[in-house]
Amino acid sequence: MAALRTAPPAGAPRLSRRRRRGLVRGGQYAAFVVAVVVLALLADWHSIQQNFLNPATARGLFPDMITVGLFNTLVYALSGSALGLAAGLVLALMRLSSAAPYRWFATAYIEVFRGLPALLIFIFVAVGVPLAYPGRELPGGVYGQAAVALGLVSAAFMAEIIRAGIEAVPRGQTEAARSLGMSHARALRTIVVPQALRMVIPPLTNELVSRIKDSSLALFIGVTLTERELSKFGQDLANQKSNSTPIVVAGVCYLAITIPLGYLARRLEDRQRKERR
Amino acid sequence: MSAADPEGGAPAPAIEIAGLRKAFGDHEVLRGIDLAVAAGEVVCVIGPSGSGKSTLLRCVNLLEEPTGGTVRVAGAEVTDPDADIDAIRRGIGMVFQSFNLFPHLTALGNVTVAQRKVLGRGRAEAERIGREGLARVGLADKVDAYPDRLSGGQQQRVAIARALAMGPAVMLFDEPTSALDPELVGDVLGVMRDLAAEGMTMLVVTHEMSFAREVADRVVFMDGGVVVEEGPAARVIGAPEHERTRAFLSRVLNPAAARVGE
Repeated sequence: MAALRTAPPAGAPRLSRRRRRGLVRGGQYAAFVVAVVVLALLADWHSIQQNFLNPATARGLFPDMITVGLFNTLVYALSGSALGLAAGLVLALMRLSSAAPYRWFATAYIEVFRGLPALLIFIFVAVGVPLAYPGRELPGGVYGQAAVALGLVSAAFMAEIIRAGIEAVPRGQTEAARSLGMSHARALRTIVVPQALRMVIPPLTNELVSRIKDSSLALFIGVTLTERELSKFGQDLANQKSNSTPIVVAGVCYLAITIPLGYLARRLEDRQRKERR
Repeated sequence: MSAADPEGGAPAPAIEIAGLRKAFGDHEVLRGIDLAVAAGEVVCVIGPSGSGKSTLLRCVNLLEEPTGGTVRVAGAEVTDPDADIDAIRRGIGMVFQSFNLFPHLTALGNVTVAQRKVLGRGRAEAERIGREGLARVGLADKVDAYPDRLSGGQQQRVAIARALAMGPAVMLFDEPTSALDPELVGDVLGVMRDLAAEGMTMLVVTHEMSFAREVADRVVFMDGGVVVEEGPAARVIGAPEHERTRAFLSRVLNPAAARVGE
């Protein structure tokens, strides 16, 4: 049809744009298929099946993989995110405060904790805090330490998200609230923050996904058998059974949580976008 | 209702603006405004966009901080740095051009939230007053609707009910019908007309000349940050004295210009 419509002008290249695009695409597919086939031929499928996808080993992992590993992963991630949400809200409000020292503190905190690897913060909480406060312990033992470490990280990220949410609430909302006699604090609490939090639920959900992955760092705190989360659990059993299947199963457990959560976040985002129109 | 006059004569003005100035950086938007609104009076402020009308209104409840001058509302000095501005604002209802309803609350939630959180009324009392207020603006059947389910005219009427629920002594209207589709303007103006007839003190920034003529006791024409002309509505709109007022009115009234003038 295109050929009917567009006769090539004299002196133009022989190939039409559509035909050239088809050739390039065909070349890409061919290269991709060749690469996959070569990798598949070189791999030792029997060994892969034995070491990564061993059904007998996999069966032996349950139910502890779920009741201990996945359970602890969720406990660490959720408690850390809850702390992070509370601290992040406070930091966001400090960041937007008219009092300069609050702004400085919040800005410094956010820059520092966003810029550090989460692993360093886990080590700091596990090693540094007991030295700084001798004779004292975070309540909850490893659970408390993991929650605080994850909370410190997520507070920085959540603060920036919540700040953006608060700034996205139209100025007229505050003006209407103040015109009704609400104080600045009351207007924030009753009118602005609820709207802001509603808006940032999708990005906060993505933060939760990050914290689920970061919770694997709890293994650096030194966990007991019952405190192991998915990664540590998978690693221990892989060592124990000299087989990598537990790591694959642990990975599947992560994905079973993180993919639906990511999907949920996108759904919520789409719905909000539609509502805003 | 209004504070007694110290001299025991006519009641003190509900709104008293003296020497009001407001600058945004180098740009002076209000250049010395004097204006008084008596209790029960309806004053409409008209003028070209950028004349400072909205800024004037927003200075009355301190949404804008004046650069100079004083504003008193119901006897309280709004511009006093030590004034409890939250307490003063409870007595000043404000209606915005863009409605500014709280989108996360229903119509009833909008008219009860400040009653409960600011005035400390109980839920039952606040809801009774809120339902009455919504019925009064013709929205008894929209009590549970969220703002995004309401038309612009309905939203603006909820906003009026929200302000009235606080029992204000004066009401400020900042171009309340400018964001509405033409066919929805009438409902909002109807509510405002009823409110004026009930004796509410109203300061209204508007482009609705027919409303101003019909409802306002006085009309103030502003241009370039000053009051150019003020007086009874029929005179300012019907027979303006100043050239700037005439020029503005002929632009605004455009096709109906021939009918103006009595």
